[in-house]
Amino acid sequence: MEQAELNTGEIENRLLNAVERMPAFPSSVQKILELSNDINCPPKELVSVIQQDPVMTMKILRVINSAYYSLPNRINSVSQSVVYLGINTIKNLALAIAAVGVLPKRSPRNFDIQRYLIHSLNTAGLSRQLCMLAEGDLEPGDAYIAGLLHDFGKVVLAQFMSSDYEKILSLTEQRGIPLDVAEREVLGVDHALVGAMLTRRWQFPYDLSDCIADHHNPDAEASLLLDCVKVANQISRYRKLGDGRNPFREGEQLATTRFGTSFDEVIKGLGDIQRISDEANLFASIGSS
Amino acid sequence: MKVRMWGVRGSIPAPGRHTQEFGGNTTCIEVRTDSGQLIILDAGTGIFPLAQSLLPSLPIKASLFITHTHWDHIQGLPFFTPLFIPGNHLSIHGAQDVVSGQGIEQAMETQMQYSYFPVREAELRAALNYHTVKTGAPVKVGDATVTGTILNHPVVNMGYRIDCNGKSVFFTGDHEPYSNIYEPDDDEYRDYQRVVDERQQQVDAAMKNVDVLIADCSYTREEFQTKIGWGHGSFDHSIAMADRVGAGTLICTHHEPTRSDLDLKQVFDEAVARHPRTQDKANVILAYEGLELEF
Repeated sequence: MEQAELNTGEIENRLLNAVERMPAFPSSVQKILELSNDINCPPKELVSVIQQDPVMTMKILRVINSAYYSLPNRINSVSQSVVYLGINTIKNLALAIAAVGVLPKRSPRNFDIQRYLIHSLNTAGLSRQLCMLAEGDLEPGDAYIAGLLHDFGKVVLAQFMSSDYEKILSLTEQRGIPLDVAEREVLGVDHALVGAMLTRRWQFPYDLSDCIADHHNPDAEASLLLDCVKVANQISRYRKLGDGRNPFREGEQLATTRFGTSFDEVIKGLGDIQRISDEANLFASIGSS
Repeated sequence: MKVRMWGVRGSIPAPGRHTQEFGGNTTCIEVRTDSGQLIILDAGTGIFPLAQSLLPSLPIKASLFITHTHWDHIQGLPFFTPLFIPGNHLSIHGAQDVVSGQGIEQAMETQMQYSYFPVREAELRAALNYHTVKTGAPVKVGDATVTGTILNHPVVNMGYRIDCNGKSVFFTGDHEPYSNIYEPDDDEYRDYQRVVDERQQQVDAAMKNVDVLIADCSYTREEFQTKIGWGHGSFDHSIAMADRVGAGTLICTHHEPTRSDLDLKQVFDEAVARHPRTQDKANVILAYEGLELEF
């Protein structure tokens, strides 16, 4: 335990600064550069691109939730950020992020960012869909963003601790253990904790940070938000929609029976989920050639 | 408190015989608190005549609050004469720039670069300090407090409310009323509208019951339709806003540089006629250079 705590502090310091310079996904960088050349570009198109990129979304939420703007509420969506800061400021912020460059396609070599993005987008879309079906006091947009960002820690670790991450990925394959278990074994922390550590430091809404922290924790206190993300994550792994380097394991149980008693039943209840994965594939394919 | 308008024009100075009556300088407002503390709102070219009026009473101690860093709100700053004279003291307040991550000092540094101005910031003789304003965190200036609220403009724009012994004035800087970026039949329309309404209520609360509201009235109702997203409001928007928040007097400012005195009076009269004034509604006046209100 002592070892893990030591590592957490070290990793936190190392990653917080690194993420500032982190580039975004090639698809959104290309789209942002295209869209922003048109002075009459509809704001909603810009928002749609930003909210499909976990890095851009994270960076914008970090700025708007920073103490400098100490807004009356913590902000957890890109469109909310547009209301508070104005579309031109968000556009220029996105351009500044785009100017950093693009994430390398494979770094470490067995971590494919395009397939990671597809997994994140599917989990986001499914999480929103589950929220709309469930009865509860949760905005579908909140379920979407939690799904989009739930694995943010992975891309950060893969990018900035790539040799350790290479070891972790090999370990999961050799021993067939879940990714978070291998991460804890090598680093003392897992991607859920790393993602939540960043969002907590950046003062994101509490429920969003808690959801990121707990998305692999079977003992976490249940909430509709957490259930949406856990099950959406499971379905995208079960149906192999993208790849978060954490394949579905035979015999894995549904995290909750709130939406149905089997994977097939939940998926049936969701109706047409093909559209979600088609959109994810299409978006991720931009700029990937 | 006392308010005096030194610059009432938006975008670019508009000198000439067609603007003689209302004036051609860009935004600058002098506020005097009950105890005589000097607060300056924005540093458009109107700050130059203000500086001249201060010369007989040097040294001065002033607090300048910049709503945002577009040229028409900062371009007079290097010409604020007391900056060059030892003994004066100026604190400059403004928001953190979202994109550059820099504080309000960048407004001064940028303008005083070698290529744009002969004197460097380091060569100024007055005592100068900078302060980043955070939303909703009041700044104490003598017997007054100044509170910033982010409004809606293409760059971060702080509206400022000054409270002093139960009296208050709010200046919007540049502000466009919030609108929905989605069409009513888009899935996202309803959620976005909820945030817009929530934000509108927060902003209205920041202006609530001010004695004097000084607001961006760049456009006519018709002009606004083709300028959505440019970051300015219309006479009609500001009159409705003044009535909604219970303001005592609305001063309409940020006049279009192409609008002559005659045109300005005409579009103003037409707008006021659309919003008939009754006892419980705000008194509405047009800003002109030299306009002074004591309250």
